[in-house]
Amino acid sequence: MIRLENVTKTFGTGAVALSDINLSIEKGEFVFIIGPSGSGKTTFLRLLIRDMVPSQGSIVINDIDLIKLPKGKIPQFRRKIGVVFQDLKMLMDRTVFENIILPLEMADVDRKTAEKKVDEILQQVGIFEQKNKFPIQLSGGELQRAAIARALIFGPEILLADEPTGNLDPTTSWEIVKLLQDINKLGTTVVMATHNADIVNSLLKRTLALEKGKLIKDTKEEKKD
Amino acid sequence: MSKALRTSWNHIRRSPYQSFAAIFIMLQTFFVITIFAFIVISSARIINYFESLPTATAFFKESAKQSQIDALAAQIKATNKVSKITFVSKQEALARYQQQNKSDPILLDLVTADVLPASLEISTYQIEDLTPIASTLHSSPIVDQVVLPKDIVSNLTSWTNALRKIGLVIIVFLALDAIFIMTIIIGIKVSHKRQEIEIMRLLSATNWYIRWPFIFEGIIYSLIGTVLGFGLATVTIFSSASFLKSFLGNSNFIPSQPELLLMLFGGEVLTAIILGFVASFMAVFRYLK
Repeated sequence: MIRLENVTKTFGTGAVALSDINLSIEKGEFVFIIGPSGSGKTTFLRLLIRDMVPSQGSIVINDIDLIKLPKGKIPQFRRKIGVVFQDLKMLMDRTVFENIILPLEMADVDRKTAEKKVDEILQQVGIFEQKNKFPIQLSGGELQRAAIARALIFGPEILLADEPTGNLDPTTSWEIVKLLQDINKLGTTVVMATHNADIVNSLLKRTLALEKGKLIKDTKEEKKD
Repeated sequence: MSKALRTSWNHIRRSPYQSFAAIFIMLQTFFVITIFAFIVISSARIINYFESLPTATAFFKESAKQSQIDALAAQIKATNKVSKITFVSKQEALARYQQQNKSDPILLDLVTADVLPASLEISTYQIEDLTPIASTLHSSPIVDQVVLPKDIVSNLTSWTNALRKIGLVIIVFLALDAIFIMTIIIGIKVSHKRQEIEIMRLLSATNWYIRWPFIFEGIIYSLIGTVLGFGLATVTIFSSASFLKSFLGNSNFIPSQPELLLMLFGGEVLTAIILGFVASFMAVFRYLK
């Protein structure tokens, strides 16, 4: 499903964000990416949505080679991957409903179908009652759920979540992780970047550890060994 | 498309001062375009009017005696080409002058019957008969000057040509001005929404999904500016119709037929769409690379 071969990302300043990464993630997996700040977690996720291209190596997702993907096809590709951004990237002047329906409007989905889909997804993430509120009126956990709802709106096969529990209290963090687990159980591959050692240690899922851009641990490989 | 229009309308509502500036510059441009269009159409009508007038005027020298004038009038009449011949004495010329300038006492004070020459106004059945009659008049020793419609037409044509050129230059400058100002205004709006645009791109928006609302915004400004500019110019012209009538001598020179006004408005709307599209397209491609 996701395959990275010899992926290196170097920025214009010469800083190496990722160095020679080789890994594959299978359909339906739940994978944690851990590592200190600046270890390359966000760069890793940005490479997977073709927000940037690697300096070397190849990334193939569902048989789509991201290096060769023409610019004009990036929007269609992004509809297949749901992303919960670290800073959420909600549009503050639009309601929760308007934020979530936006990707469907971009894809020209007819209004009635889109509204129905948004209502369903809001029920699924548990914030249906907040649909007409603006992001500023929501709590941290509700905001996170709204971002997850938007990421799930196209029913993606892959969900990328960048520090989804970053600013949340432990109880809310667990609620969010539980939600991501439920989504994973429905067949969606979940890749979650996190700092939260408690969650990683408790769930016993596959973990990729990054340090200074290098993949220093992959628990899948350890299990094989 | 309706979503893009809705977004454009929201952009306009949420930054009213910038929108007002964009509409105002378009209003100015189309106000001037409409005024010049009226001038061009009216001047063409005036020229046509003079071209169709089969009348020549012969002005007599001071030394001309009434008997000589009568003899010349009889000679002209004898050609059988003349439909009407009218003698205008110095006193009658003064009366006409006073009538034409009754509202301007300074002009009335400056002129007496002595400075105005007597004249013969000769109308022919056919406009082409004016030339041989004019040469007969020219050859008379008592005639000082012969004025033919073609002389008036020639003068008017050179005036209106100059006016058209000046108008064209002003309109081109205003249109460029409008395009640049609109480009800057829409560019500012694009810059303000940079973060939102970035989010939209990450959420799978195509380039045109992001561009269309800005392009429609430019077209909407142009269209509102055109409607207001055209309306204001038309109201200005028709509300000053009585003044223009006294100035032109005939209010029919002012284009007032609905179908002509509709054509003019249609042409301006088309121009507005092109101007708005060009300006917003430039802004979008300049700021949304």
